[in-house]
Amino acid sequence: MARAATTADAFNAVAEPRRREILDALAGGERPVNDLVALLGLAQPQVSKHLRVLREVGAVDVREDGRRRLYRLNGQALKPIHDWVKSYERSWSERFERLDVVVEELKQQEDGDGVSDE
Amino acid sequence: MVSVTSSRTANVTLPTDEQILITREFDARKHLVYRAWTTPELVRRWWIAKRGEATVCEIDLRVGGAWRYVMVAAGGFEVGFHGEYREIVPNERIVSTEVYEGMPDAEALNTVTFTEEAGRTTLTLLVQHATKEHRDAHINSGMEDGLQDAMDLLEQVAVSLR
Repeated sequence: MARAATTADAFNAVAEPRRREILDALAGGERPVNDLVALLGLAQPQVSKHLRVLREVGAVDVREDGRRRLYRLNGQALKPIHDWVKSYERSWSERFERLDVVVEELKQQEDGDGVSDE
Repeated sequence: MVSVTSSRTANVTLPTDEQILITREFDARKHLVYRAWTTPELVRRWWIAKRGEATVCEIDLRVGGAWRYVMVAAGGFEVGFHGEYREIVPNERIVSTEVYEGMPDAEALNTVTFTEEAGRTTLTLLVQHATKEHRDAHINSGMEDGLQDAMDLLEQVAVSLR
């Protein structure tokens, strides 16, 4: 898959472990920056920097609530990553479907020796 | 997706930037899943891409022993993988290296575990790459397998199962 070299790409945005922690935290619902600062144990400027990157690729949205800024996850922006892994997952799913058939035969052989249709 | 297969798909996650974790449950005891995983004539039957054919399947199942799988995929191109066994605990766990022969620098370390509970076995395959680039290239390789009509195949398999 072609990848942009900048951070303006969901793949790069979530490549950073701290940013993934932020996304995990936001998966549970909307949160103010202070919450994220406390959860991650990072200084506020660092958290804000990560949030900025996530906002640039649309992975999080922000809204004003009085004096607070509330962040929330935007799953749609992460869909390319989901799709990317899905395709790999499908190839293993296919393999495992065939493995099911093989294992089922072994099971029948063990259970009833001679049930084999070969 | 057909209901028969919906609970049986592989679950793939990316625990770290260098890892791929694949898990799947089987309706059988673990020694049978282990046997299907480690017996060449059985591996030939399941370790293939759609419309592919396994042309080489060598397994020297001992520490330091080599393995090599080659398949001819749809369209006639050949893909080969090989590696070496590092740790073997029969019916429990296998650690081995894996190299995709099209990208020989990207050696991964694979850990397969078989865990049984109430007659069912959970297989986990942890693929550890050295770099994120190798890990990503590994996942991308799954997209070149001609998977566009994978759903059709799943349906066929589901029908043949019951």
